[in-house]
Amino acid sequence: MITVDDVTVTIEGRNLLENVSTVCLPGTLTALVGPNGAGKSTLLSVIAGDRKGSRGSVALASHDVTSYSVRDLAQTRSVFPQGSVIRFGYSVEEVVAMGRAFRDLPPDDDKRAVHDAMLASEIDHMALRNAQTLSGGEQARTTFARVVVQATPIVLLDEPTAALDLRHQEKVLAAARDMAQAGATVVAVLHDLNLAAAYADKIVLLENGKVAADGTPWEVLRQDLIETVYRQNVRILEHPVRGCPVVLTT
Amino acid sequence: MSIAGINAPARPVDRIPLLAAVVTLCLAATFFASVAIGAVSLSLGDVLYAIVSRFSSAPLTPDQALNEAVVWDLRLARVLTAMIVGASLATCGAAMQGLFGNPLADPGIVGVSSGASLGAIMVVVLQISTFGMWTLPIGAFLAGTGTTFIIYALARPGQEGGDNSKLLLVGIAVNAIGGALAGYLTYLATMEQLQSLTFWSMGSLSSARWITVSISAPLAIVGIGLLYHWSRPLDLLALGERQARHLGVDVTILRRKLIFVTALLVAAAVSFNGTIGFVGLVIPHLFRLMIGPAHRLLIPFSAAGGALLVMLADLAARTLDPPSEVPIGVIMGSLGGPFFLWMIYRSRKFGIAQT
Repeated sequence: MITVDDVTVTIEGRNLLENVSTVCLPGTLTALVGPNGAGKSTLLSVIAGDRKGSRGSVALASHDVTSYSVRDLAQTRSVFPQGSVIRFGYSVEEVVAMGRAFRDLPPDDDKRAVHDAMLASEIDHMALRNAQTLSGGEQARTTFARVVVQATPIVLLDEPTAALDLRHQEKVLAAARDMAQAGATVVAVLHDLNLAAAYADKIVLLENGKVAADGTPWEVLRQDLIETVYRQNVRILEHPVRGCPVVLTT
Repeated sequence: MSIAGINAPARPVDRIPLLAAVVTLCLAATFFASVAIGAVSLSLGDVLYAIVSRFSSAPLTPDQALNEAVVWDLRLARVLTAMIVGASLATCGAAMQGLFGNPLADPGIVGVSSGASLGAIMVVVLQISTFGMWTLPIGAFLAGTGTTFIIYALARPGQEGGDNSKLLLVGIAVNAIGGALAGYLTYLATMEQLQSLTFWSMGSLSSARWITVSISAPLAIVGIGLLYHWSRPLDLLALGERQARHLGVDVTILRRKLIFVTALLVAAAVSFNGTIGFVGLVIPHLFRLMIGPAHRLLIPFSAAGGALLVMLADLAARTLDPPSEVPIGVIMGSLGGPFFLWMIYRSRKFGIAQT
């Protein structure tokens, strides 16, 4: 469970986040959406413990995030960061296995976990390739497999689908939803509102560092709200197969 | 060890045991060659007999006694020093390259070597002699480690943002100040002093004695052992500081430990023997091309490779122009440079990505 309580982040007199509060429950996938610069990644990095809020607090599993040691934090939450780089020519398999390096889990299961995660991300055929030679999408799938292998109760994903093709966007979010259904608390920053609508249990819409809406996809993805926040005309339809909202620009 | 499924590519034959065997053989051969070859050249049997005879009480012929003296008093300490220096510099190079995520980092990147040079110059030019014959190594050691601590204290990495790049920038600034001071002192130096400074700056193992071995060997063994112990967190640093932290590496503490050990090992190596470049930069790079970047293998292979290279270079330094010695730095560059070039071109031909 993640409890964000009245968090404000101020840098050089500007509020990147202002009085943000929300609660993410175990077993759910929360999508953080909003226009560029709305503070989605900032909020995610405060939750991850990378950055301290100027005011307010974040609790992971009912302990304040700042009270964790680095090692304990790695047992509690995993992070899919924006813009992953790798120095030196580690193989894809080695990079995925790094997710387990400081995880207090029986090492006997490591091989199986790495294997399964690579299969699920469809990178098993490039297990021995130098990770520096991967394309952006292949790199993102490698990083996602690394996050899966870390197997933490809280999973934080910062634009996991940005570099991915249609098939892998769906695969990654389906895998994220599976993690949630297995009991994890999953938070994903997403740009694609339709992906958020299809996979999220709850959407938090940010605007200029403030929460503009917080609720189910049907509650948040309303025409007036989206048009005001994104300054773009849209129509909201119902997905013919999934029954979730679909946002179309007009 | 096959962990991937049907889809998985065939694993290439594991070349690492073979490479380990080759490196070990080369080490042993070079060790014995270094002990055997010199002004008095000995056969392998003479060397082995001389080594063993120190531990037995059997009476020796005058020839055997001479051999024993040459091996024990002249050669062994020097060869062991070469191994210690090479292994220390190469493993510290690997650790610094891992820490800074940059294959161009060398063990002196945090100011140890330039600080030690400044210390040596101060001792020679200002004619300090507080500790007698030990003044120069002690001065170089103190100045080398001191410079690193000054840089670390000024950069205070990990306090907020900045981190490694700040450490590098402060290092450049401090090195510039130290360099200017060293330059000024060199300008004040007499001809005689200049000669001994030049000699120190090009490196030589001629000051190796059993006493220096007994000081630096335990330090090197513990230090390299620690670097090996930290090989897994070093691997994770390849993902960048932020992601390493996500995966459970306390980067601030790891960096402090790595810099502390590197400062001690490099200062110990260069303060007795002068600055010996190249080993720390090239050996880790070379082995990364051959065995990959994982530090659990890279650190031990670098230790062996560094020991091998410095032993070879010192053997050449002693024997190319007897009875005088060629500076080891000159040998290292002329031996190692072409070999390194060949490795770079070879790896390009075989399509191994540059690290």
